[in-house]
Amino acid sequence: MTGIQAGTEAAEAASGAPQVPAIELDGVVKEYLAHGEVVQAVKGVTLAIAEGEFFSLLGPSGCGKTTTMRMVAGFEEPTRGVVRLHGQDVTNVPPNKRDVNMVFQSYALFPHMSVWENVAFGLRRRKVAEAEIKRRVGEMLEIVDLVGREKRRPREMSGGQQQRVALARALVNRPRALLLDEPLGALDLKLRQAMQIELKRIQREVGITFVYVTHDQSEALTMSDRIAVMNDGLVEQLASPREIYERPATAFVAGFIGTSNLLSGAVDRVESGCAVLKLGEHGRVLVAEASRQAGDPISVTVRPEKITISTEEPSGDISAVRGTVSEVVYLGLYNSYAVRLADGAEVTVFQQNALDSTSTAERGDAVWLSWQPHHSYAIGS
Amino acid sequence: MRRVRAAAAPYLLALPAWIWFAIFFVVPIAAMASVSLTTGNLLEGFQQTFSVSNYAKAVGQYHTQLIRSLIYGGIATLIMLVLAYPMAYWIAFKGGRRKSMYLFLLLLPFFVSFVLRTISWGFLLADDGILFGPLKSAGLLPADFHVLATDVAVIGGLVYNFLPFMVLPIYVALERVDPRVVEAAYDLYASRLAAFRRVVLPLSLPGVFAGVLMTFVPATADPVNARILGGTGNTMIGNIIQTEYLTNNDYPTASALSFTLMAVLLVGIFVYARSLGTENVLEAAAR
Repeated sequence: MTGIQAGTEAAEAASGAPQVPAIELDGVVKEYLAHGEVVQAVKGVTLAIAEGEFFSLLGPSGCGKTTTMRMVAGFEEPTRGVVRLHGQDVTNVPPNKRDVNMVFQSYALFPHMSVWENVAFGLRRRKVAEAEIKRRVGEMLEIVDLVGREKRRPREMSGGQQQRVALARALVNRPRALLLDEPLGALDLKLRQAMQIELKRIQREVGITFVYVTHDQSEALTMSDRIAVMNDGLVEQLASPREIYERPATAFVAGFIGTSNLLSGAVDRVESGCAVLKLGEHGRVLVAEASRQAGDPISVTVRPEKITISTEEPSGDISAVRGTVSEVVYLGLYNSYAVRLADGAEVTVFQQNALDSTSTAERGDAVWLSWQPHHSYAIGS
Repeated sequence: MRRVRAAAAPYLLALPAWIWFAIFFVVPIAAMASVSLTTGNLLEGFQQTFSVSNYAKAVGQYHTQLIRSLIYGGIATLIMLVLAYPMAYWIAFKGGRRKSMYLFLLLLPFFVSFVLRTISWGFLLADDGILFGPLKSAGLLPADFHVLATDVAVIGGLVYNFLPFMVLPIYVALERVDPRVVEAAYDLYASRLAAFRRVVLPLSLPGVFAGVLMTFVPATADPVNARILGGTGNTMIGNIIQTEYLTNNDYPTASALSFTLMAVLLVGIFVYARSLGTENVLEAAAR
């Protein structure tokens, strides 16, 4: 199944009827010439974003997420491939003729204009009647809670306020889609968390498609309906936040989103729908991969919070491995254990401090780690 | 004690500049003001009479040259603005990695003396010089065609000599315009023209303001271009001041002329700053 089909189906599922996606990228490639060499920033992205969706492009810096967004906005022309907005090919349409607006990373507010003039800029360029401008700008400033600050200059405002001006300046035009390029990057943690909730609220209120570019996985998980995890110019996985966290498709996704343990080995046997990996003398990892055959190499991920620590050998059809605690870190909400297995691999385990804050294991203890078969995921590469 | 010394540090560091300013600016200005209010001549000596007759003479006798200087300076400044803005724009936005080379080329003429360069222009523009001589013998220009000793030559010389002082401040202002702000304008449906008019131009106005100041004032007061490239009908106020000082040794009149010129320029700058240098202009441009 290709990305474009996945997107279309998600869109249909959302509305119950076939619907043209708000944004479609079809085999989009972007090449640059740098020092006489062709560099591919985006190596072929195909995806569809549904109307009204909160969609995130997530990845480390240099993964091509910003370039992808700039091609949607019209600041960059794809080397190959097609960009469609509501079914219409806009690949070569300049940004001022596209019905999408952007919130820039550093806000890019017009420094010589007041808040009011900043927000009214797009409407004025579209020759909207003055009375209508007055009404819509006023309304929008109310939504972003900036009433009474109309006459301020951007430099007289805090980062959070500037951010809201940038949001209002884009949203007041009622674009078919809003593109946000790391809009919260410059804010401190508290404000960032408040703005995440605020953004989600505004998106629900205006019902506009949001495309959100970020390298912050928690931001993407908190706000998005769906996330495309990008790496090295390609989409590694496109799914809901839960799916991406619980069932990472690749080792990159598993490593980039949250903390993850990677265990590699060969399939020992397949029994009752589970492939079984042998780890050490007594260790076993069960993973729901019936199609594997004995001897196949396999990599399995498991999240630290799914693992239970015990001193007794666990029984039953569960994964269980033996190791020695090499580090215990108290983190308030939970304890983090580093457990070294016999083969040298290190496994991270989180255990919540729900009952008491005393640790179940100390440094140097020999322990068993166990988890349910459905918490193991075999990954592609 | 340490706190006191720390607080005094910035003032101590600025002290050499203040001393320099006092010796080479405040004292001469005061001396000149005093001389402009004396009467007498070089042989019999000058007496401090606090008479303003020198000012009456300066304005009454030389208002033609004063007005001519303002017109020449004004026209030269306008031409420089028209030439410099596209130049600065091109270097700032299209210069790419060669920016510093273009700026160097712009400043290259400064490696030759101001007077020498102006004299070279005199040779170039001479009636039978290397430019017009061959054209005239070829019959392409009438025999009585001339540029030297006309207002065209003087204004041209002023434009040539002061152009970099217009380009540089405008370049600096344009260079500081965040390209993302311009992108934001395009994103908000502005055409290229609208993005320039509403965003780039207003943001570069401080540079235009500085450029006009740095060219209009010295161009208006300049004696060199009028003397070398101009004729008897192109004398500027700078030439008059020079003659009064150095040839006629009429120091009171020369001082009064200098003060009159300074006053006119200061008033002009003040009016200009009020009309263009304030944020009200930016506000109007935003609409």
